Amino acid sequence: MSDLAPPMALLAELTHRCPLQCPYCSNPLNLERAAGELDTAAWMRVLDEAAALGVLQVHFSGGEPTVRRDLEALVAHAAGLGLYTNLITAGVLLDEPRVTALAAAGLDHVQLSVQDHAAPGADRIAGFRGSHARKLAAARLVRAAGLPLTVNAVVHRQNLDHLEAIIDLAVALGASRLEVAHVQYYGWALRNRAALMPTRAQLERATAAVTAARVRLKGVLVIDYVVPDYYARRPKACMGGWGRRFLNVNPVGRVLPCHAAETISGLTFESVTERSLAEIWADSDAFRRFRGTEWMPEPCRSCDRREIDWGGCRCQAFALTGRATATDPACALSPDHAAMLTVAAAESAGDAPPFAYRRFGGAETEPEAPAHAF
Amino acid sequence: MSAPVEIGETSVPRLPRHVKLRFDAARGAWVVLAPERVLVPDEIALEIVRRCDGVTTVGTIVDQLAAKYGAARDEVAHDVVEMLQDLADKGVIAA
Repeated sequence: MSDLAPPMALLAELTHRCPLQCPYCSNPLNLERAAGELDTAAWMRVLDEAAALGVLQVHFSGGEPTVRRDLEALVAHAAGLGLYTNLITAGVLLDEPRVTALAAAGLDHVQLSVQDHAAPGADRIAGFRGSHARKLAAARLVRAAGLPLTVNAVVHRQNLDHLEAIIDLAVALGASRLEVAHVQYYGWALRNRAALMPTRAQLERATAAVTAARVRLKGVLVIDYVVPDYYARRPKACMGGWGRRFLNVNPVGRVLPCHAAETISGLTFESVTERSLAEIWADSDAFRRFRGTEWMPEPCRSCDRREIDWGGCRCQAFALTGRATATDPACALSPDHAAMLTVAAAESAGDAPPFAYRRFGGAETEPEAPAHAF
Repeated sequence: MSAPVEIGETSVPRLPRHVKLRFDAARGAWVVLAPERVLVPDEIALEIVRRCDGVTTVGTIVDQLAAKYGAARDEVAHDVVEMLQDLADKGVIAA
């Protein structure tokens, strides 16, 4: 492993606390509580070690990173190290003094989530009344501060038909980028899969809307969009390959090859409180386990795309087959691919069950069936 | 909202606030940092991007590179405009 390249990006999950309760949250089902979070000094040391290791970009995320009052100090520290700083936020806690302070600290970019094109649908998905209006206000503050904005829209069966309106919203908010992110099914989203899985017809309409908007908005809005795994024929290069480009430090300091890696049982993750980031990146069992191509089974092992998609997503393979070394079922060459498509077709065709909202101490089921909001 | 940028020889390209060009010691290479993107420019691309200073016109950049590489100005102009237009469409270059 002497030729191991340094990671490009660090996802710093400062906290799992969040005022929103999105049923597809990428945080684990067992959320870390505030008392266990790394303190300011520990995060600054993580940033020092990340920069020294060769990390170029740091994404401050959560949970909702703005619940941490030391966010500005951490952004300033990262900017001082020459790191490109990105804030991934729900926006509902941002006010003008906060945005001004973050810009002054050297923040390079803001990525703001929206749950739908409008309230009340957006508020229902977020489990937070008034959240959409607060997000619109936050976007205006971000732009007024001269910060570039990316809108991130997680899409699923309950908002995918509004994608054109979501694109229009991103333009109206002055975003230069829009990420249209189909839900990925592990953790909370796996639990809510039947409430989130789109039909193939929905997906095809959405893909056509993106294709048309990319032409219409060339030079105005860049749209990032990837066909979701359940309807794909080839897997995506999840994280650019396990342990190749990316590392994630969770709120208590555990270092993960991706934010969902803890859904795979049988892996142990080391902490920045015990070892340096460089040692964990190079030597820890969790990072080495699926790095490169040695771990691959057939059909991956002899596939000419093995260093393009790196075998796809380990978390998805584990979630659907119980084996983390299985070929990602998103691949048409996987023996589990047909079963995955069957699940998608069956769940998307049925009525959407109520959401199980993301909560500390376990999910809370939506009190009413969702029909009233639409 | 922003308007599309059309690159021509009179354009004055620059890196927008959210795009940074810096030398990365860990890789021994120049990198362009943008939201969710890291570009590692090749030698020619780096020569172009480094001249995007908000002062120099595309025409002057073409003159400089044609002289530096002893290449036909027409060909250099075509390549420079094409590359900058692509970067502008991706939001990496403003003008």
